[in-house]
Amino acid sequence: MHLLLAPVRWLMHLIGVPLGWVQRTFGMGGMAAVFLAPNLLVFSVFIVFPIGVNVWYSFTGGAALFPAGRVFVGTEQYDLLLACDSYLDPFSCRQDRFWKGVHNTAFFVVAQVAAMVAAALITALVLNREIRGRGFWRAVFFFPVLLSPVVVGLMWKWILLRDGALNALLVSLGYQRIEFLTDPQWAMFWVIFVSVWAHLGFYALILLAGLQAIPHDVYEAAKMDGTPAMRVFWRITLPLLWPTMLVVLVLASIRAVQVFDDAYVLTGGGPGTATFFIVQYIYETGFAGAARNLGLAAAASMLMALVLVVLTLAQLGITAWRDRQEGKR
Amino acid sequence: MSDLVLSSIRKSFGTVDVIHGVDLTVTDGEFVVFVGPSGCGKSTLLRIIAGLEACTSGDILLDGRRVNDVAAADRGLAMVFQSYALYPHMSVRQNLSFGLENARMSKAEITQRVGEAARMLRIEELLERKPRQLSGGQRQRVAIGRAIVRRPGIFLLDEPLSNLDAELRVAMRGELASLHKRLAATMIYVTHDQVEAMTMADRIVVLRGGRVEQIGPPLELYNRPANRFVAGFLGAPRMNFLAARPAGRDLILADGTRVPVAVDLAPVAGQDVTLGIRPQHLRPADGGGIPATATLVEQLGSETVVHARSDALGALIVAVPGQVRLADGETVHLAFDPADAHVFGPDDRALPHVETAGA
Amino acid sequence: MTGIAESGGVLRFLTRRRNEGRIHWTDVATWMWLISGLILMFGPVIWLGLSSLKTRAALTEFPPTLLPLATKEVRVEGFANPLPLFVVKLEDGTERELAQVRRVGIRARMVDPADPTKTFDVPIEARTAVREVSPAWENYTEPLQRFAFVRFFGNSLFVTIVATIITLIVNSMAAFALAKYQFRGRGAIMAFIVSTLMIPLSVILIPLFMVINGLGLFNSLWGVILPTVATPTGVFLLRQYMLTIPDEMLEAARMDKASEWQIYWRIILPLTAPALAVLAIFSVMWRWNDFLWPLIVLSRQELFTLQIGLSSFAGELNVQWHYVLAMTFVTMLPVVFVFGLLQRFITTGIAGTGMK
Repeated sequence: MHLLLAPVRWLMHLIGVPLGWVQRTFGMGGMAAVFLAPNLLVFSVFIVFPIGVNVWYSFTGGAALFPAGRVFVGTEQYDLLLACDSYLDPFSCRQDRFWKGVHNTAFFVVAQVAAMVAAALITALVLNREIRGRGFWRAVFFFPVLLSPVVVGLMWKWILLRDGALNALLVSLGYQRIEFLTDPQWAMFWVIFVSVWAHLGFYALILLAGLQAIPHDVYEAAKMDGTPAMRVFWRITLPLLWPTMLVVLVLASIRAVQVFDDAYVLTGGGPGTATFFIVQYIYETGFAGAARNLGLAAAASMLMALVLVVLTLAQLGITAWRDRQEGKR
Repeated sequence: MSDLVLSSIRKSFGTVDVIHGVDLTVTDGEFVVFVGPSGCGKSTLLRIIAGLEACTSGDILLDGRRVNDVAAADRGLAMVFQSYALYPHMSVRQNLSFGLENARMSKAEITQRVGEAARMLRIEELLERKPRQLSGGQRQRVAIGRAIVRRPGIFLLDEPLSNLDAELRVAMRGELASLHKRLAATMIYVTHDQVEAMTMADRIVVLRGGRVEQIGPPLELYNRPANRFVAGFLGAPRMNFLAARPAGRDLILADGTRVPVAVDLAPVAGQDVTLGIRPQHLRPADGGGIPATATLVEQLGSETVVHARSDALGALIVAVPGQVRLADGETVHLAFDPADAHVFGPDDRALPHVETAGA
Repeated sequence: MTGIAESGGVLRFLTRRRNEGRIHWTDVATWMWLISGLILMFGPVIWLGLSSLKTRAALTEFPPTLLPLATKEVRVEGFANPLPLFVVKLEDGTERELAQVRRVGIRARMVDPADPTKTFDVPIEARTAVREVSPAWENYTEPLQRFAFVRFFGNSLFVTIVATIITLIVNSMAAFALAKYQFRGRGAIMAFIVSTLMIPLSVILIPLFMVINGLGLFNSLWGVILPTVATPTGVFLLRQYMLTIPDEMLEAARMDKASEWQIYWRIILPLTAPALAVLAIFSVMWRWNDFLWPLIVLSRQELFTLQIGLSSFAGELNVQWHYVLAMTFVTMLPVVFVFGLLQRFITTGIAGTGMK
C-alpha cells in the first residue's frame, strides 16, 4: 500500500509546487479558483455550451454539424414537430413517429412509475420487518440495479423469445405459446416489467430508509392508544413516509421519461413502433439512418428537456419542503 | 518564548462589531486567561492572535514585530482547539509530526521532538494509535502535544477542557498548570469557566460584548472587582446584589435595614446604588442584620448554602462554612463585615474602598 | 378480543416488531413476497448462466432443458470418432444402451459398445439419447478468440478506471472549494452546478456530439470519458460530506504550516474517503454500464466498449445466442463480483445519498 501510494505522493507533491506559488501570490481566493477550475471547465465545455448550442440547433436546418454552417429557419422544426390534426392520434401528425414516441413515453411513465412505486413500497415494508437474513434479502432485490441495460435487455429477451423459457413453462402447464415480444401489447408490458425489475431495488432502498427514519415511539404511542393496524398504516406510516414517496415518484418519473436503452435492447422499439420512445426518436433522427436531421432532433430534445425541468423543479421543491418539515419535527 | 502586544484591536463581521478596541500586553512566560460569557468575543480575539481571523483595525505585535499580515503558519504560535481537531486518519505520531514535516524539519529532529513531547505528556505507548482509539483525556494530551512539538512562542488554547468530564477536567487543570511551569511558556487560554480562570491564570482578562471589563491577577479581580459584571461573573455561588441608597457612611436597603460599608459613598450621595455581597461573606446573626426567610437549605457537608427570600429585597444566597441546622421557612438575620461589602454606582462601576484597618 | 390480537399482528407487520411465536397472515405474505422475489430476481440470471453453457444445438431445443445437456458419446473399437449413445427399446421389449453408427432415413444403425461386432438396425423413434451434463465452455473461449471481446473488455476497463479517477479528483476539488472557502459567487456557482442536474445527457446529445467532433474526440475513448467527469451529483455529495469535517481541523493544519493543496490531499481527501468510495462505486457502475453515449461516440469496432460490442454482436451474425449469452454473462460478472464484495456498503450508500 505504501509502495503504491509513493508515486501518488510524489505526484501530489509536484502539483503542490506551482500551487504553493499561486497561494502565496493570489491568496485563498486564488486557491478556490484553482480548485474549482477543472470542474467548471469540463462543465462549461460539455454541458453549458452544448445546452446553448442545442437551442441554436433547434432553430436551424440543413445537414451541417457545426453551428456556423447551419441555416436559421426560425420555429420551423418546432412547427414540424407540433404539426398535428389531433394530438391524441399520432398518425394525424407530420412527425408521426415523434408523437408515437410521446404517446408511448407518456403511457410508459404512468404505468411504470405506478407499478414501480407499488412494488417498491411493498418490498420496503417487507424488508423493514424483522426477517431473518435481512441483508441478503435487501441484496436480492437490489442487485439488478447494478446490471447494465444491455445485459438486462438481453437476459430478458432470451427468456421471452418464442422458444424461450417462459413459453416453455406455459406449454408445460398446458397453455398456448404467447408471442411476448412481437405482440404490441405484450411487448409494452414486458418493457415496463423489465424496467421495474431492473430499478425496483433502488427505490425500495430509498423507501426503506424513509421507513426507518420514522421514530419508533410514534408506533408505540399508537399502540398504547389501541389504534387499529390498518389505521396505523394509513394515518401514521403513509403520511410520515409521504415526503420520501414524493421524492421516489419524481425521481422515477425523471428516469422514466428518458427510457431508452433497456427497451431498445429488448424490443428495438418494436414491434413496429409499439415500444418506440422519445429518446429513441432523438437518437434515430439525429444519428442513425441516412436522413439525419440534427435540427429536428434538437427541437425534440428541447421539448423533452422542458418536461424534465418541470419534474426536477418539482423534486427540488419537494426536497426543500421535506427539509422544512423535518426542521419542524 | 514571546511577548505579545495588542493595541486597539477591533473586529467586525459585516456591520456587526464583535471586538471594540482591545488593548493588552502579555509578557513572556505569562499564563493569561480570557474569560467571559459566550459571545463575549474571547474566542475571536484568540483567533485574531493566531492569525486565523484578520482584525478590522489595530495592531498585533509579537516580540515587537507587527504580524497583522503574517499568515497563521508563520507567526510561530501553536493552538489547541476546543474539539482538539486531531487528524482522525493519522496515528498519534503522525499527528504530532505533521506540522514539523510541513516545516521541512529533519527526520531525526522530528523523532526527537515527538519523543520528548510524548514523554512529557505520558502518551509514549499511544503513539501508534489512531485518535478514535483514545479516551477524551488522551486526545486532549495529543492535542497539547501537537502544540508542544512546535516549540511555539505562544500557546493558544481555546476552551481545551470543555469536552472533558468534570473529574478529568480537574486533573487536566493541574497538569496544564504544571506544564506551563515546566515549559516556562507564554500561554493564552480561553474559557467560559471561571474556576479554570481562577485556578490557572497569572492574569485574567474578563471580556464582555467585545470589551475588556477588567484585567488583573485572579485574587485582585475576586477581591476588588472593577464593576458589577466582573463581581457577578467571578465567584460561586454568585454575588448577591441589593438595591440601596447611601445615608452618610451607611447604606439603607429597600427593606429599610441600615448597613455600614467600608466604601467611600461621597461621590454617589443621593443616587441609587447597588450593594454587592458574596454569599460567603453573609452569616446568620442573632439579631439585627437583614431579615429574610429561608426557602431552601442545601447541606453540602463542608458548607451549607441557604437560599433565602425577603419581600423587599428578593432572593439572597448565603454560604456558611460547616453544617448549620436550619429549617425551611425559618427566619434568619443576615450580617456581614463592612469591609467585605462592594458598592456599585449607578453606572455599575465599583466605588473605591476606604482602608478601615484602624477604624 | 380477537380483533385486537389480529390488529397486533398487522401492527407488527407495519411497524417491524418481531412476531412473538404465532404465525400471522402477514408473515405468510412476507415470505411469499420474498420467495417470489428471489425467484424473479435470481431466476433470469441463473437461467442466463445455465443457458450460456449450452451448445448451439441445445439452445434451439424446445422445450429447453434446465441443465446444459449433451448426448453422451462413447469410443467404440473399430470406429475412428466417438459415437453418440442411445437407449434403445428393442423389438423384444428389452432396453439396451447402444451407440449409433449412422442414421439412414427413419432407421438407425446401432452398435453395442461392449461388443462392437453386434449391430442393430432400429427405427429412430425407438431410441432416446443418453444425455449428461456437459458445459459448452467453447461458448466462452471462442468469442474471446474469434471476436474482439478481450479488446472490448479492455476498452471498458480503461474507460471505467480513468473516468472514475478523473471524476473523483475533479469533483472533490470543486467540492472542497465550495465547502470550505468563503468567496463571492459561491452560492451562485453551487446553484449553477445543481441546476445542471436538470439537463441529462440525453437532452444534449446532438450539440455534445458536435463538441466532441470539434475537439477531435470522435472515435476516441476520451470522448466517452470526458463529458461526464464533472457530475453535479458527485460535487453535491462530496460537498455535503466535507461540510461535516470541522473547520478547526483545517485551521489546525494551517497552524501546522500546511499549504492549501496539502490540506486538500493530506487532510480532506483521506477524511472524505467514505463519500469518495460511494462516488467511486457509482462512477464504476455508470461507466461500465454506459450505453447510449459510447454508442454515439464510438463507431470503429476496435474502440467498442463491452456494452456496445455486446449489443452490436447481438444484432449482427443472425444472433448467435450461444455466444451472446456467454458474453452477456461475462459482461455482468465484474459488476456482480464487486457487488458481492461491497454489498452492504453500496446499499447503505445509496439509501444515504439517494443517488443513482
